[in-house]
Amino acid sequence: MAKINIVQAINQALREEMERDADVIVLGEDVGKDGGVFRVTEGLLEKFGPARVIDTPLAELGIAGAAIGMAAYGLKPVVEMQFMAFSYEAIEQIFSHAARLRNRSRGRYNCPIVVRMPYGVGIKGPELHMDSSEALFCHMPGIKVVVPSTPYNAKGLLTSAIRDPDPVVFLEPARLYRAIKTEVPQGEFTLALGKADVFQEGRDITAISWGAMLHRVIDASEGFDCEIIDLKTLKPFDEETILNSVKKTGRVVIVHEATKYCGLGAEVAAFLAQEAIMHLKGPVARVAAPEAVVPMALLEDYYMPSKERIRRAFEEAMKY
Amino acid sequence: MGEKVIERFELKYLQIVDEAGVADPSLISSFPDGLIKKFFEAIVLTRTYNERALSLQREGRLGTYASVYGQEACQIGSALALEKGDWVFPSFRESGVFLTLGYPIWQMLRYWKGDERGMKIPRDINIFPMSVPVGTHIPHAAGAAWAMKIKGHKNASLCYFGDGGSSRGDFHEGLNIAGVLKLPAVFICQNNQWAISVPRSRQTAAKTIAQRAWSYGFEGVQVDGNDVLGVYSATKGALEKAKKGGGPTLIECFTYRLDDHTTADDASRYRSGEEVKEWKGKEPLVRLKILMQKKGLLSGEYEKTVNEKAKALVDKAIEEEEAYPPSEPEDIILYTNSSLTPRQSREIKELGWQK
Repeated sequence: MAKINIVQAINQALREEMERDADVIVLGEDVGKDGGVFRVTEGLLEKFGPARVIDTPLAELGIAGAAIGMAAYGLKPVVEMQFMAFSYEAIEQIFSHAARLRNRSRGRYNCPIVVRMPYGVGIKGPELHMDSSEALFCHMPGIKVVVPSTPYNAKGLLTSAIRDPDPVVFLEPARLYRAIKTEVPQGEFTLALGKADVFQEGRDITAISWGAMLHRVIDASEGFDCEIIDLKTLKPFDEETILNSVKKTGRVVIVHEATKYCGLGAEVAAFLAQEAIMHLKGPVARVAAPEAVVPMALLEDYYMPSKERIRRAFEEAMKY
Repeated sequence: MGEKVIERFELKYLQIVDEAGVADPSLISSFPDGLIKKFFEAIVLTRTYNERALSLQREGRLGTYASVYGQEACQIGSALALEKGDWVFPSFRESGVFLTLGYPIWQMLRYWKGDERGMKIPRDINIFPMSVPVGTHIPHAAGAAWAMKIKGHKNASLCYFGDGGSSRGDFHEGLNIAGVLKLPAVFICQNNQWAISVPRSRQTAAKTIAQRAWSYGFEGVQVDGNDVLGVYSATKGALEKAKKGGGPTLIECFTYRLDDHTTADDASRYRSGEEVKEWKGKEPLVRLKILMQKKGLLSGEYEKTVNEKAKALVDKAIEEEEAYPPSEPEDIILYTNSSLTPRQSREIKELGWQK
């Protein structure tokens, strides 16, 4: 089995789904000839032609809005937003239409679009190139939010997202794009949305994270008997896997690179406060970004939860 | 070196029947009597429906409602130019379009009462649920047209919005994409002169909305929006052009909203009675009736039958709507996604909503 990185894994998923289903198309800024600014869509234009791999005008709301019309007509558009913060212009389309179309037509129309976007700090990007606003999308009913953490689950999750009848926001940890290589099977396979992975079993602490932070947590866990959960789908998140783990460990540390206030960690913590209070040995800890916008490149290392901050949270948890 | 003119544009204005009912002899010749009668019947039905909807609202039997009074020609003329397989993207004032496409009237009333089931579009009608956020559906029409092009279908999409909607970024991005990709889309701007209280002059400094099409690389035309024949002709031409690969068209229907913005509005706060009176003189039905009388198409008996038929249809729809069983509270959650999340299932149970 070949070892590939996340960029290649996503490219493979797109390629295989486009081969399998003529209704799958890719559209976005620079996705054609340039292969995307991260080269995720490289080679797709040559293989599938300009009718299915479309360089659009620079217009995020127009792209998202057009994808909604395409989906209603029977296509399965996979949209690329060049960076997560660029999607803010498209949020009205995603919130007011994609998320609601099924409900407001009482099931007459589905909106099977996938909106892919790189997110997160750690790429020394300019301003507004490193946001991590997953909680915004998680908050709006009707949208599924998925974050891969490895090449293997990037491929399997994207394949599932493309086949899903509902709108899916697919967040790609830009920092991981080429950072890790794992074995990924050739040929199609799917990984169920809404299911978390127990990346590593452990007895003392349940560490919950997703995307790039999973790898920080793995680094930080040395010396701790940590059960490491990779959430993978943020909306709807896998309550059962989290609950089973917390019942075993009684200690919880949630790590994410978004700000703490109203971050997804808050929802996970509230869920545990309600469903697992009798199993908790101490407070649910969150290691997250401070209440500030993402800094520019020179300060980004301070902003991102560091190995040391995660280890301190583990040490703190073990006091209970 | 030096300066020279590198681009000019010409904007056409189309009117086939003027407000006195006088028709352009060469342009009217292509209209069969049957089609003219169809226009008349659809306007009568729309007006009958609209009046009843307004009175139902006053009686508390309908929620906030957006009247279409004055704009019937824009909607009926264009909707009758559609062919099977074409798709429609409406805003919230398009009752005339829905009725012309044969949309179940009881469902329209149900929607305005506050029931999502009103927009559960019947399978044989290609229309999107009406768009409430102004102008945001313009890119959807571009997208559907794009899909038609990709799939090689010889159809077109037709999008309705107003002068207010033309100020939105959605208008720009939707029309721009349609122009760049040469999509089979027709954009109908019903310039009814008022976006709630804000006059057309506050939406754009351009002389017309139609001329904005040139900046997107395609043609625009201004039509007398109260002349149903003119609107039909412009739309039919634009749809044919789109289906032949000629790209999009922007049609500005110059019209007037004779009623308040919605039943929750009081237009006397911002516009004069004289202005409304002046536009009442130009409304679409009066001129059509004059034309039909001249052509011998409007006997008293025919008119009576058309009126009675429209009234009977709307009466029956009101009965059907009022007899329709209420939604279950569970329906609030049920249609969010294609399947329920564990949390949603739990919430249905916790709230005591399971059927």
